[in-house]
Amino acid sequence: MDSDHQAKARLQAIKAVVVGASAGGIEAMMKLFCPLPPDYPLPIICVIHLPDHHESNLAEVFQQWTRIKVMDAEDKATILNGRLYFAPAGYHLLVEGDATFSLSCERPVNYSRPSIDLLMESAAQAYGPGLLGILLTGANLDGAMGMKTIKQYGGFTVVQTPGEAKSGTMPSEAIKLQTPDLIEGLSGIRQLLLQFMDGHAR
Amino acid sequence: MQLPDADIEIKLLIEAIYLKYNYDFRNYSKASQKRRIEQGMSALRCESISQLQDQVLHDPAVFMQLLQYLTIPVSEMFRDPSYFLSVREQVVPVLKTYPSLKIWVAGCSTGEEAYSLAILLQEEGLLERSIIYATDINPVSLEKAKKGVFALDKMALYTKNYQAAGGKFTLEKYYTGAYGGALFDKALAEKITFSDHSLATDSVFSETHFVSCRNVVIYFNKALQSRAYNLFHESLCRRGFLGLGHKESLDFSSCSHQFEAIVKKDKLFRKL
Repeated sequence: MDSDHQAKARLQAIKAVVVGASAGGIEAMMKLFCPLPPDYPLPIICVIHLPDHHESNLAEVFQQWTRIKVMDAEDKATILNGRLYFAPAGYHLLVEGDATFSLSCERPVNYSRPSIDLLMESAAQAYGPGLLGILLTGANLDGAMGMKTIKQYGGFTVVQTPGEAKSGTMPSEAIKLQTPDLIEGLSGIRQLLLQFMDGHAR
Repeated sequence: MQLPDADIEIKLLIEAIYLKYNYDFRNYSKASQKRRIEQGMSALRCESISQLQDQVLHDPAVFMQLLQYLTIPVSEMFRDPSYFLSVREQVVPVLKTYPSLKIWVAGCSTGEEAYSLAILLQEEGLLERSIIYATDINPVSLEKAKKGVFALDKMALYTKNYQAAGGKFTLEKYYTGAYGGALFDKALAEKITFSDHSLATDSVFSETHFVSCRNVVIYFNKALQSRAYNLFHESLCRRGFLGLGHKESLDFSSCSHQFEAIVKKDKLFRKL
């Protein structure tokens, strides 16, 4: 674990946030994102597992709860600050080195499409130490490898306290595979996200 | 900034493939391409991408194996049924006004989409006067497509899709169980010309009335997307139709002003 000072310095380098969740994820993400304002200084990119062949209206649902602009991640679109993006159902979402999105219909990974691992691994390579990875509630193994990759590329990792999560499997698997920088409840993670508002993390 | 070693190796591999085999993957989206190359590398038991490059360069058989990773052989019959329903309702009535029809399924992979359109055209009384060109760069996929045999365990999903797509009968009408799979009616395959064509290096081969290219250009960067769209524009007859995948768009290309959307949610466009 870093000292407070080191952690603060690392958080100051953050340029983007990726968040993964499965079972119980919608509720958890609502708790995290509802206080975010339209001028939030970072992009937040999310994967929630939903049944395939299920037209997602996640963006619409979330927009009713938060003031930050919510949208489906579009193929080839430039990633912008102050946006909350969701991977469209039935597609993998990847981040390119030039901070744009790519979609892919390749086979499911960990039985999941979109896969949290794929988003996190590509974002880790694109943002390096500028990436904050957050893994929330879920009942499968997706996300654990992704979080490990974020750490390998120097990013900052936060896992929801497994005991608090609606389903603790996913957070526990991630903790088994690597030591996250923080293990926190939802209210703590929400605080962390709000700290970026000041232009620097405390 | 200096590129990471793996990115340099991938650049060199892609360049080597282009120079040696004339397959151009230089303008594919990088993130997913990297992942596919790494999968190919471990499947071919190479320690590094440089080692893979050495083998690919000197052994065409290894290249053919790697090609199965560089391309994306994932397809489905009547995927996104609402697309096919919109084709039936919005495109078919116009197609019926032509005495003969040419339809291009670009990036057809193993053929599921070409067969789906053939079935749709058959039910609309148009197949008889149609030629479907189904093109891809992967010869293994094209061979599979020509056979018209798909996995039996997929038929439940495809039947559901077919019905949601406005199918007039049952999907079973079009296939028989054979060779451990579902063999589709030869009368459909007779109307489909499967052939090798690259959206990255080849030019237009025919005038067409309708181009369907779905979930192909998401693997391309913006420059290659524009190239593909320009080919479609050139190939299409006056007021011809273009269909893209549900999450694909013309917005990030140089061609958005060359087409008008006719069914936005199903990504159906008409040439302007």
